[in-house]
Amino acid sequence: MTVNQPLLRVEGLTKHFPVQKGLLDRISFQGGRLALRSQVVHAVNGVNLVLARGETLALVGESGCGKSTLAKTIIGLHTPTAGQVYFEGQEISRLQGRARKPFRKKIQMIFQDPFSSLNPRKKVMDIIAAPMKVHGLVGKTDRQTKVYELMEKVGLHPAYANRYPHQFSGGQRQRIGIARSLASLPELIIADEPISALDVSIQAQVLNLLMAMQEEFHLTYLFVSHDLSVVKHLSNRVAVMYLGFLVEVAETEAIFLKPAHPYTRLLFAAIPTLDVLEFREGDQQEGEVPTPIDLTRGCPFHPRCGRTQALCREMRPELTSLASVSGGEHLLACHYPVRD
Amino acid sequence: MNWHALRESWSEFRESPAGLCGLFLTTLLFLAALLAPLLSPLNPYDLEQLFLENSLKVPSLLDNWAYESFMLGSDGQGRCMYSAILYGLRISLYVGVASTLLSALIGTLAGLWAGYQGGRTDTLIMRLADIQLSFPAILIALVIMSLWGQGVGKIIIAISAVNWVFYARTARASTLSEKEKDYVDAAISIGVSAPAIMLSEVLPNIMAPIIVIGTVRIANAILLEATLSFLGLGVPVTEPSLGALVNEGYRVLFSGQWWVSVFPGLALMLVVLGINQLGDRLRDILNPRLKR
Repeated sequence: MTVNQPLLRVEGLTKHFPVQKGLLDRISFQGGRLALRSQVVHAVNGVNLVLARGETLALVGESGCGKSTLAKTIIGLHTPTAGQVYFEGQEISRLQGRARKPFRKKIQMIFQDPFSSLNPRKKVMDIIAAPMKVHGLVGKTDRQTKVYELMEKVGLHPAYANRYPHQFSGGQRQRIGIARSLASLPELIIADEPISALDVSIQAQVLNLLMAMQEEFHLTYLFVSHDLSVVKHLSNRVAVMYLGFLVEVAETEAIFLKPAHPYTRLLFAAIPTLDVLEFREGDQQEGEVPTPIDLTRGCPFHPRCGRTQALCREMRPELTSLASVSGGEHLLACHYPVRD
Repeated sequence: MNWHALRESWSEFRESPAGLCGLFLTTLLFLAALLAPLLSPLNPYDLEQLFLENSLKVPSLLDNWAYESFMLGSDGQGRCMYSAILYGLRISLYVGVASTLLSALIGTLAGLWAGYQGGRTDTLIMRLADIQLSFPAILIALVIMSLWGQGVGKIIIAISAVNWVFYARTARASTLSEKEKDYVDAAISIGVSAPAIMLSEVLPNIMAPIIVIGTVRIANAILLEATLSFLGLGVPVTEPSLGALVNEGYRVLFSGQWWVSVFPGLALMLVVLGINQLGDRLRDILNPRLKR
């Protein structure tokens, strides 16, 4: 293993879900003969992504853009339709059962909903100890102490170990989820909107906890979020996703300073601000998110984009490197990037 | 379930007189069945205690109110009806409970597996259940029993073969909704194996509806056993259940000896009534959608 090998590399990752419809809906006339047409939801389309050890990559985009699907495909909750996921150089996306197990230890997930992510019939002790038990990390006798240790680290009193999840608040439950994800000593944690279900007053606490844990356990985060102010606070790099495509990937400062994709600009314009003067009317765009079932030709964003030209309707722009001022890599998928 | 939740459920349970009656009846009859050897004046299974001169005695309770043998009369073989009912209750309840446990076990596992795996496994198991449901339950049990012969063990298996479907459907439906929850995804991403997820993560969360179905179906299983025994395909004649007793009495019913049929029939009715009331109440309490 070389030193500069990325921890995680995603290549051409694609996930399509079949739209299950009745047989009658699928029959259509095509050129004078009956044909069975099966529709698919293009949730994730050819995503390329690299995560260096120790960094935090934020995956942002509006709801329904496929960021959660991408996260779940990387961790193996979905099997990709196409493409590969390399962890420390090894392709893992199609490994099953025993072969997959070592990677299940190294990659963990924090879920969005702290209410459904903890089994209501299990005690906190058993929930946090589960990864240790599955991977045989800690002997039976030491497990309890280890759980207490973890609970203290995430800010829970060890005396609560014998309680059930319903006896905790949302924030506390998310702490339990974080403790569980740390229990197997993972290298990569995929956090799927870990704070968006929490009260605003709790969000900052949990966010700080995540950052503290990253420092202590040398974690790499793939942080899925739609909250850009959180992203700015937490991440080294930002990847913007639209309709299953990555449209812009850049370092956090660069992208906040100079967003080059019209969609990224739209996202940033949507951050609520107290400054009335900063509100820019011109950035508001018309239209709904197009359905991911029938992908339009050309750039996925062109029906909503204010800068659409003929080329945008014909050809989908590839994610290519942009000359960057700051020195870091700035990837962009746009024919006519914004430069101002 | 912890102590506090249990007490809360009890105080809610108490609100319904019908439920309380059901609980009382069920407890009473279960106790009577359990203590049958102590309560009954004669042992109906002991052939040495059967004398033909005792046959078809009129219930002595009609003349004097005393706890003695033949207080509910006797049947054609000189069996004390009261004792026979107590012992018959024992067999009926035993068959009801045992077949419910067995069918709940088979059905829950089948439904859990079908729901969790989905796809072809699901289709196979649930179509099998659908096909079985399209036959009358009694017909299936009749076929099994007439091919196989009499016996308490066999009747338990026959009833379970009919009743597993209900548990399988319930278990599958609950599994489908539980499977979507994040704690299952969390277990997968930790590396827990599929059988372990089914048994230790999902199963405890689908037990409430299974328990409810179970209490309601016990009564059904008891009735099915009684029907089979009434038709002469259930338990052996030497160890009659309530259904077999009704059958025996039915032969002499129109010659004036009504008690041989009526008393076991009443006992059967009380058992089913009690368990049904209890089951209905449990369903009301354990199903949050039915709460006020």
